[in-house]
Amino acid sequence: MTETAIIELRKVGKWYNSYHALRDVSLSVAKGEKVVVCGPSGSGKSTMIRCINRLEAHQTGHIVVDGIELTDDVKAVEKIRRKVGMVFQNFNLFPHLTVLQNLTLAPIWVRGMAKSEIEEIAMMYLKRVRIPDQAHKFPGQLSGGQQQRVAIARALCMRPEIMLFDEPTSALDPEMVKEVLDVMTELAGEGMTMVCVTHEMGFARQVADSIVFMAEGSIIESGSPAEFFENPKSERTRQFLGQILEH
Amino acid sequence: MSKHSPADQAPIPTAPVPPAHWAASYEEEPSQASTPPQANGMTALKPFGWAKDNLFNTPLNTALTVACLVLLWLVVPPMANWLLLNASWSGSSEACREAAGACWSVIVVKHRLIFFGTYPYDEQWRPFLACALFVAMLGASGVRAFWRPWLAGAWALTLVGMGVLMWGGVAGLTYVPNDRWGGLPITLMLSVFSIALAFPLSILLALGRQSSLPAIRTFCVGFIEAMRGVPLVSVLFMASVMFPLFLPEGVTVDKLLRALAGMTLFTAAYLAEAVRGGLQAIPKGQYEAADALGLGYWQKTMLIVLPQALRIVIPPIVNQFISAFKDTSLVTIVGLYDLLTAATVATTDPEWRPYFAEVYVFAGLMFWIFCFSMSRYSQWLERLANRYTRR
Ligand SMILES: Nc1ncnc2c1ncn2[C@@H]1O[C@H](COP(=O)(O)OP(=O)(O)OP(=O)(O)O)[C@@H](O)[C@H]1O
Ligand SMILES: [Mg+2]
Repeated sequence: MTETAIIELRKVGKWYNSYHALRDVSLSVAKGEKVVVCGPSGSGKSTMIRCINRLEAHQTGHIVVDGIELTDDVKAVEKIRRKVGMVFQNFNLFPHLTVLQNLTLAPIWVRGMAKSEIEEIAMMYLKRVRIPDQAHKFPGQLSGGQQQRVAIARALCMRPEIMLFDEPTSALDPEMVKEVLDVMTELAGEGMTMVCVTHEMGFARQVADSIVFMAEGSIIESGSPAEFFENPKSERTRQFLGQILEH
Repeated sequence: MSKHSPADQAPIPTAPVPPAHWAASYEEEPSQASTPPQANGMTALKPFGWAKDNLFNTPLNTALTVACLVLLWLVVPPMANWLLLNASWSGSSEACREAAGACWSVIVVKHRLIFFGTYPYDEQWRPFLACALFVAMLGASGVRAFWRPWLAGAWALTLVGMGVLMWGGVAGLTYVPNDRWGGLPITLMLSVFSIALAFPLSILLALGRQSSLPAIRTFCVGFIEAMRGVPLVSVLFMASVMFPLFLPEGVTVDKLLRALAGMTLFTAAYLAEAVRGGLQAIPKGQYEAADALGLGYWQKTMLIVLPQALRIVIPPIVNQFISAFKDTSLVTIVGLYDLLTAATVATTDPEWRPYFAEVYVFAGLMFWIFCFSMSRYSQWLERLANRYTRR
């Protein structure tokens, strides 16, 4: 399709045993675009986003990231994982390493960077997510919001071109949601390509270039936030928005 | 700088370093560190009040306390009399016959035999020195400040030094073939070497058991189950009697080495199951985070999975170490002369035969010292490992 697409999913199909989790999912994300994915629980949002860096393998269709097609080829997977950062719902920080070590581990071992060089960069990212004073603590000593900001900084230290977020705020207490969303909003302002599964509709309205709505393993509709919120095309979307915007 | 090829570096056009204004434009969050309130001064210990509150607070507790005191009064004085007060500490076996208590003279007379077995009597300073060196290095290896690369070099030197001392044949030392070795050196070396070899092997087995490659998985499961299914005695027999039958004619493997191999494989199988328990406790998210960061299998395993998994299983692993240490006493059945065998031989002297109990108490004490040290060390290690990690 478009020449500028940095992520391209074409008719992607995925089964868990006999369960059809993704049905002909097609999606194209341009460089610098911010896509928010929403939909009811079990609709395949996580599955789709995890296929993009091959935490899950798709079975049919094609996924191309920055010109590299994802296949069983380990080299291709390695290359793509260096370009794609991921933030998880449960942070998944390494509890046996300090915050700083969490940030520098992959750049040192995967990118072969010098420790002193990456530590300086890591401190800069920690300042950016506003927790430089926690650098020498262990993840277990931080609040949920702080941990998630460390997780974002950890992904950024690999200097990814694309960031994937899988419900980054849904394991957080309400008062911590904002501090994480603020960091994400700033990141978006700097031109990062982002695919974000979230139900934070305020964030979606403010930041997203397009919103994708999924149900039962398919993309039901996608469009700009204005279209999506003011003028949803499908009944399924209206129903979902009705539920989620109620409160 | 980077050791990566330009091709790897090329497709990263984004600004490599965040612009400086980032750092400047956000105010830092206030540090959450604040001094915790000081605990009030400890209330003075009141032993009587404590006893009243804890030992005599209910009729049942009072009865239990009294029962325990009676039991102690029945057991402790006779034991102290036998062990210490009425014991005979030196002199001949006649002196022992007159004494009502333990005959520790037997240890004084036989300690060289118990410690060094049939090693030539005049050369026994050599195994003594080797053991002292070995124990000192084991102790040093446990100290955190010494966990440096040079420790490996020190170990290499130690092993060479021990070999020279035990075998001799160089530097003016007479040659002592290893079938004359016995006692403490055998027990120490067999146990430490078999544990040191079994531990990495067990990690490979545990990883292999989780492998996605069916051939590796089947092999590891088969090996572990086969080893766990038979007694150590039969593994040792197999290693020492059957194994040589498979070797081509003319090739012989030393008896000590065969026992070491048997002990190692057996211990590895048990340890592998303990390690597997730790691997299973690592949440899936840890693997996913490592994958998403682009770490390869071995990086993920060595940097993320094992450091966490092994921490969790320190207690069962040390338990297995202790068990392996004591199990070295079984090598007597393949004709090796460990500490316990040497002790048994010491009791065969007709003059001292009545005092076998003292000899076994002493041998037991030697085993206990090493096992208890391991146990205490593991508790320290556990505290160190869990100091900062809250789960
Ligand atoms: N490893 C797995 N094995 C089997 N089925 C799975 C697996 N992972 C997900 N599924 C199923 O696939 C479907 C889609 O799951 P997915 O996690 O993508 O949903 P989701 O849209 O992210 O939902 P949620 O909002 O609850 O996170 C679900 O029905 C789920 O039960
Ligand atoms: Mg999900």
